[in-house]
Amino acid sequence: MCEYEKTGVLSITDLQLPTGKQLEKGVAILECVEEIPCNPCVESCPVHAISMKDINAPPVNDFERCIGCTKCIGICPGLAIFVVKVKGEKARVTLPYEFVPAPKVGNVVKALDRIGVVRGEGLVTKVVKQGKTLVVTIEIDGKYAMDIRNIRV
Amino acid sequence: MVRGRCVRIRTHPIIDFPKRKQLSFCFQKKRLVGEEGDTIASALHAAGIRTLTTSLKYDNPRGFFCGIGKCSSCLMRVNGIPNVRICIAPLKEGICVEMQDKLARLPVAEFFGEPTKTLDFDVLVVGAGPAGLCAALESASRNAPVLLVDENQCLGGQLVKQTHKFFGSREERAGTRGIDIAKDLECELHRLQREGKIQVMTDATVIGYYESKNRHRFGVVKRCEYKSRLYDVRCKAVILACGAMENMLLFPGNDLPGVYGAGAVQTLMNVYGVKPGDRVLMVGAGNVGLIVSYQLLQAGIMVDRVVEAAPVIGGYHVHAAKLRRCGVPIFTSHSIKEVYGDEKVEGAIVVKLDEQWKPVKGSEEDVPCDTICLAVGLTPSTRLLSQIGVDLEFIPEAGGYVALHDESMQTSVRGVYVAGDASGIEEASTAMIEGKIAGLAAAMQLGRIRKKNLLVQYQNQLSQLRAGPFGEKPRIAKEKIAKHVEIGHV
Ligand SMILES: Cc1cc2nc3c(=O)[nH]c(=O)nc-3n(C[C@H](O)[C@H](O)[C@H](O)COP(=O)(O)OP(=O)(O)OC[C@H]3O[C@@H](n4cnc5c(N)ncnc54)[C@H](O)[C@@H]3O)c2cc1C
Ligand code: SF4
Ligand code: SF4
Ligand code: FES
Repeated sequence: MCEYEKTGVLSITDLQLPTGKQLEKGVAILECVEEIPCNPCVESCPVHAISMKDINAPPVNDFERCIGCTKCIGICPGLAIFVVKVKGEKARVTLPYEFVPAPKVGNVVKALDRIGVVRGEGLVTKVVKQGKTLVVTIEIDGKYAMDIRNIRV
Repeated sequence: MVRGRCVRIRTHPIIDFPKRKQLSFCFQKKRLVGEEGDTIASALHAAGIRTLTTSLKYDNPRGFFCGIGKCSSCLMRVNGIPNVRICIAPLKEGICVEMQDKLARLPVAEFFGEPTKTLDFDVLVVGAGPAGLCAALESASRNAPVLLVDENQCLGGQLVKQTHKFFGSREERAGTRGIDIAKDLECELHRLQREGKIQVMTDATVIGYYESKNRHRFGVVKRCEYKSRLYDVRCKAVILACGAMENMLLFPGNDLPGVYGAGAVQTLMNVYGVKPGDRVLMVGAGNVGLIVSYQLLQAGIMVDRVVEAAPVIGGYHVHAAKLRRCGVPIFTSHSIKEVYGDEKVEGAIVVKLDEQWKPVKGSEEDVPCDTICLAVGLTPSTRLLSQIGVDLEFIPEAGGYVALHDESMQTSVRGVYVAGDASGIEEASTAMIEGKIAGLAAAMQLGRIRKKNLLVQYQNQLSQLRAGPFGEKPRIAKEKIAKHVEIGHV
């Protein structure tokens, strides 16, 4: 039994991880590790970076191909895709958000980790609407790049 | 009278709840105000009224439970007519709603307003959820005249409350929200309606199967102004897509107003924009429990925790992760021991379970809350099927008794088809494909189409969706059904 099956929380070792260089470029982290019948991420990627063996297999990102465009975030029904880009001491995390009120560019929001604990603050740098899902980019302290996965406005 | 603080949802990230026209009505001789589009139950709930009736023997207060017309815990007297299921009865200006005394008397004179009417169609579809809608569209677009009947005021079944995006592939509209799929199907339906290929009857219940020569014959009760009119419907083929009923759990206090099925909670907040409560304890970490918890948060309602008796989370990890990163804890190997409160839910005692699923002494924890939401599984609705006399079998993986059916969804009685949750509990994407198969097969049986390749394509789509580990249960269920059918043939 994997720990996440009990807790609902992934640890870093459950994930496919990019290299430091790939993180600097900005790539999509797919936090979708189970075999579920789903594939819109594959179809949405303009550069065909995401692949899967069949519709039930977990998606795999080819970090060399991925250009960090964030297109896959808003389509994912599991809200399980995050684009992370590290720049010096800072990191930009782009995540899906489906709550009111909507964050606005320039807002300072609480930055939450995978169990909803506030780990610091984030500056909202971009908000894009993909259907009813908001795709929000925040700038955070770089050391939390692989931890921050939610915001509270 | 129990009154809590329950309010209307005005801002929501996914659903627009525009301010609607106010309707005034009378409850126990008091004037209350609801909104256009409400059911009587949602209007009462928004007014803070949770106790709808009292139990027959002990006079315990009772609230509603299923919220979708399946459990009869919401019977009230409306304009003098008893036994109205107010969770699916539309609110109208000026009506008079009363708690009814015990067993109601049948007011014969007011009951059947008009004489019985006879209708004749090629195909009758019972239920307008994803399965029924797809079945009706498929048959009608093959030029088999269809009558589609649903007991709710709106079409779409459970889809109209599913605000999340669907999984699957492009064919199953992956990435699209259930509510939007419902709208698209309805649009398609209206087009065929304009062409005269489909007739739709809402607020109408198919109540029974009756004797008839070389036709299937059903009684349908259509409600209008809380009175009923009986239709005598005959058809060559019938597709039963009646969905499923929410399961209850046994524990002291499970009848207190405020213990609701997940479907009721989802309906109240996502269809009528009414908060079911302020602080919810969710029981069950399958997909329904996880999804409804997340939707509660989206509606601005606090979810204290999710408890799950099994040692692992049953639903998709991605749904659990969404909840966890909002700070909602999920306690596996935990269950609800009892619910307490004076005439309404005030809290629950939660307990840890050991490996044998037995409560661990001393592990009790008091969780204050005003709503308990049960998401502990569904049971297929098979009452009509059983009355028709099709072969039923108890298949645990399908959720209970289900009608045996072949690959074209036909039961042991010729011309009687099943689809969706009624043929085994699964999910909306597969319900839609099963509906298409049944609709197409019925049209084929009536000689409206001959080519089989589309049927095979749908069947392949189904097996693909069921191929993964989460498709194991339905896969086993369908294999068992096929085995029973095979034995039956020998
Ligand atoms: C709370 C809840 C949440 C769910 N969430 C999801 C989800 O997120 N994703 C998912 O894929 N699945 C979900 N499901 C499973 C859901 O049951 C299926 O997705 C799908 O709705 C099944 O489709 P259906 O057409 O078989 O049944 P339904 O959608 O239930 O439709 C059946 C219809 O038949 C009508 N009916 C029944 N009997 C009669 C009668 N005698 N006369 C007239 N009309 C009748 C009912 O009024 C209803 O409208 C959920 C179920 C519940 C209860
Ligand atoms: S971020 Fe863009 S390029 Fe990278 S996987 Fe997603 S869609 Fe493809
Ligand atoms: S779209 Fe999202 S949930 Fe579906 S397979 Fe891709 S990452 Fe997983
Ligand atoms: S029938 Fe109305 S609550 Fe169940």
